[in-house]
Amino acid sequence: MSKLRLLFVKEAQASYISHLDLLRTFQRAFPRTELEIKHSQGYHPHPIISIVLPLPVGQSSDCELLDFEVTQETDGSGIADKLNEGMPAGLRVLDCYEAKRPVKELAYLQASMELEYDHGVPEGALMRLQALFEREELVIQKRTKRKDMADVDIAPMIREMKWTEEPGKIKTQVTVSAQNPGLNPQLLGKAIERYLPEMQPDFIRIRRRRILDANGEDFR
Amino acid sequence: MDKRLERILPRVQKPARYVGGEYNAVMKDKSEVDTRIAFCFPDTYEIGMSNLGMRILYGVMNNMDGVWCERVFAPWGDMEEEMRKTGMPLFALESGEPITHHDIVAFSVGYEMAFPTILNMLDLANIPLHSAERTGLTPLVIAGGTAMYNAEPLADFIDLVSLGEGEDITVELVELHRQARREGWSKHEFLCKAAQLDGIYVPSLYEVTYHENGTVKAIIPHDGAPETVTKRIVQDMDKSYFPVKTIVPSTEIVQDRVMLELFRGCIRGCRFCQAGYVYRPVRNRSRDLCAAYGVASCNDSGYQEMTLSSLSTSDYPELTALCDTLEDFCTRRHVNLSLPSLRADNFSMNLMQRLAKGRKSGLTFAPEAGTQRLRDVINKNVTLEDLLTSCKTAFAGGYNAVKLYFMLGLPTETDEDVLGIADVAARVMHAWRESAADKSRGVRITVSTSYFVPKPHTAFQWEAQISREEYERRVKLLREAMTTKTVTYNWHDGETSFLEAVLARGDRRLGKVLETAWRMGARLDAWEEYFSLQRWMDAFAQCGIDPHFYANRVRERDEVMPWSMIASGVTESYLWRERERAYESVTTPDCRSHCNGCGANRLVGGKCDV
Repeated sequence: MSKLRLLFVKEAQASYISHLDLLRTFQRAFPRTELEIKHSQGYHPHPIISIVLPLPVGQSSDCELLDFEVTQETDGSGIADKLNEGMPAGLRVLDCYEAKRPVKELAYLQASMELEYDHGVPEGALMRLQALFEREELVIQKRTKRKDMADVDIAPMIREMKWTEEPGKIKTQVTVSAQNPGLNPQLLGKAIERYLPEMQPDFIRIRRRRILDANGEDFR
Repeated sequence: MDKRLERILPRVQKPARYVGGEYNAVMKDKSEVDTRIAFCFPDTYEIGMSNLGMRILYGVMNNMDGVWCERVFAPWGDMEEEMRKTGMPLFALESGEPITHHDIVAFSVGYEMAFPTILNMLDLANIPLHSAERTGLTPLVIAGGTAMYNAEPLADFIDLVSLGEGEDITVELVELHRQARREGWSKHEFLCKAAQLDGIYVPSLYEVTYHENGTVKAIIPHDGAPETVTKRIVQDMDKSYFPVKTIVPSTEIVQDRVMLELFRGCIRGCRFCQAGYVYRPVRNRSRDLCAAYGVASCNDSGYQEMTLSSLSTSDYPELTALCDTLEDFCTRRHVNLSLPSLRADNFSMNLMQRLAKGRKSGLTFAPEAGTQRLRDVINKNVTLEDLLTSCKTAFAGGYNAVKLYFMLGLPTETDEDVLGIADVAARVMHAWRESAADKSRGVRITVSTSYFVPKPHTAFQWEAQISREEYERRVKLLREAMTTKTVTYNWHDGETSFLEAVLARGDRRLGKVLETAWRMGARLDAWEEYFSLQRWMDAFAQCGIDPHFYANRVRERDEVMPWSMIASGVTESYLWRERERAYESVTTPDCRSHCNGCGANRLVGGKCDV
């Protein structure tokens, strides 16, 4: 029996595949590997596969991880190519290897965000946005699992933000907590909506770039 | 990706259905393509992608050199609203490009309730609605599918109809259109030549006149169009295309599994069933080929479920042998086989047990009518004994849920027949008490009734649909008679079925009603969320057309049916004979045991391979 981990890219059309559909897509690709996925015990056995850090629908990522267990002994070599034969556009497996590091060591994720302004970046937007995200407290409304709204302070979950400006867009590279609790970078847009409504962009494009451990090193 | 689309998608439900890019979606180099086809399904992605015919023709067209066939589905309401707001025209999933200037825009039409969605899709694509307004060769708007056995309500909107199975005729038609474009024919020239192809019906080449009482007087073909157009079929199922390598959606669809088609046609001859008549004659695919396609399809798609599909799968001559052949592979690959449409008379419990592999959910049977007399009228040829025996075996084998489907409003139905349904349910309940292996888990019996819709090309095409008031009275009668506690009773809402009955046997005059209803907002009418009978009644009133004339009127033997120019291969005299036998409660044997001379054998050179 082996515990394996996939590193994969999710982008373009595939960024709209929901979490459950993504699991189904991988389940259908696994038979190509001739590996036998381990199933849970019980009346309705289900395959043991899990996405380490589910990506919100609509975002892209260079660094998604999927953990799974197989009944055979393998170090995972050659698996990525076989899986890629059955993938939809925008999903691409980069690597498959033994899952050695426990998921709990994953601490931060780094994402690039593009704030698009269709009618040009408003005067002073960059400075005011920078100032906004340096505040001690940023309270936004977030939907809870019970479907009602709750106030959440996202400031403590933001670790670092680097800003640049281009014609028509402001870009930021943000590092946020990945789990317990993690922050969906999309919520930074909510903070703009609440505190700087006149600086609200027309569209925010988000791509997950790296996932990091507590020391700021890539988590694999 | 289109920037407008990127902006819209975060705001709509299930965005994955609007982006394409699925495994096996066909991408082509536009510089090597001279024919662009938008293959439209007038319903949502989840429904359209579940349609086997669509998958077959997608493969057939994309196998042609220089032809790129792309898929187009109807957007859900939220998506439509966003598209209209940003001025984004209807686009094809493969290229993401608008279909406005595609060479051919083809609709697959399986049911009448999709008619208004066709108009909506043309409008969203910025394509003029009326055939007469589209004066050029492109886009050519065509339609096919089961609902096109009466295309008259759509006659104003579509340029031509492809009848029957499309594997061969589609290729011929696309080639003819290519030639027309190359040689610069006028649209009229093209349509006249297309009408000479077997299986092509060009509505604009037929003039329809009416009697004062509103019935059709005559249908007059002109410009050399044939008097009747006979549907096309695939002669040999072993030589016909099967989509082994087919699109695997990245989001869940209705039929999210391999669909292995075992045979076409049906040996049974249920008198209400349009599919049973129009898909004749029966043509089987050989067992070894079925098995090979099944294995290859599972291997390519990675699906772990495969349905053995046909109109009546337990009638496949080698069903058990096929399952035997597939068993090894299925076990090794953890593929579950499922069988749709069981018949209570020849269903093999043994086979079911093997296929279910411990997962015993529910079984579904369709006795259709509550008494033997009425089952004989409709030629269902299933007895209560068959049903109870099958249920007993199932209960003894550990099943604890049965669904039973019936129709209300069948010709000659009396209150006794209606109450007979409650009696059948009670007897099934009793069968459970007698034979259940484990009574502690209880039993679920579900009875569902639908509202009978007489369809063209069936023995009941001359019948009146019972009125909605009468239907509702019968539902109430049955509801009150369902006293058994563990029986759940579901019934169809009568409004949809009434409109379906109007459209199914409609003539060309319904075109303006269709357009009016669409302008008032009708689209996706197969969905409760969108359907409004009131809107349609307003449209009928505005057009001065009485819907009851179409739904609730008995036709005379000599009445010219609006679809008289269309032939399914089964002769009208056969259908009439079947209707007379229905009124005598005389059954007709299945065509494996006895040829009843329906006429469809002429489509395969005289002798059917039943």
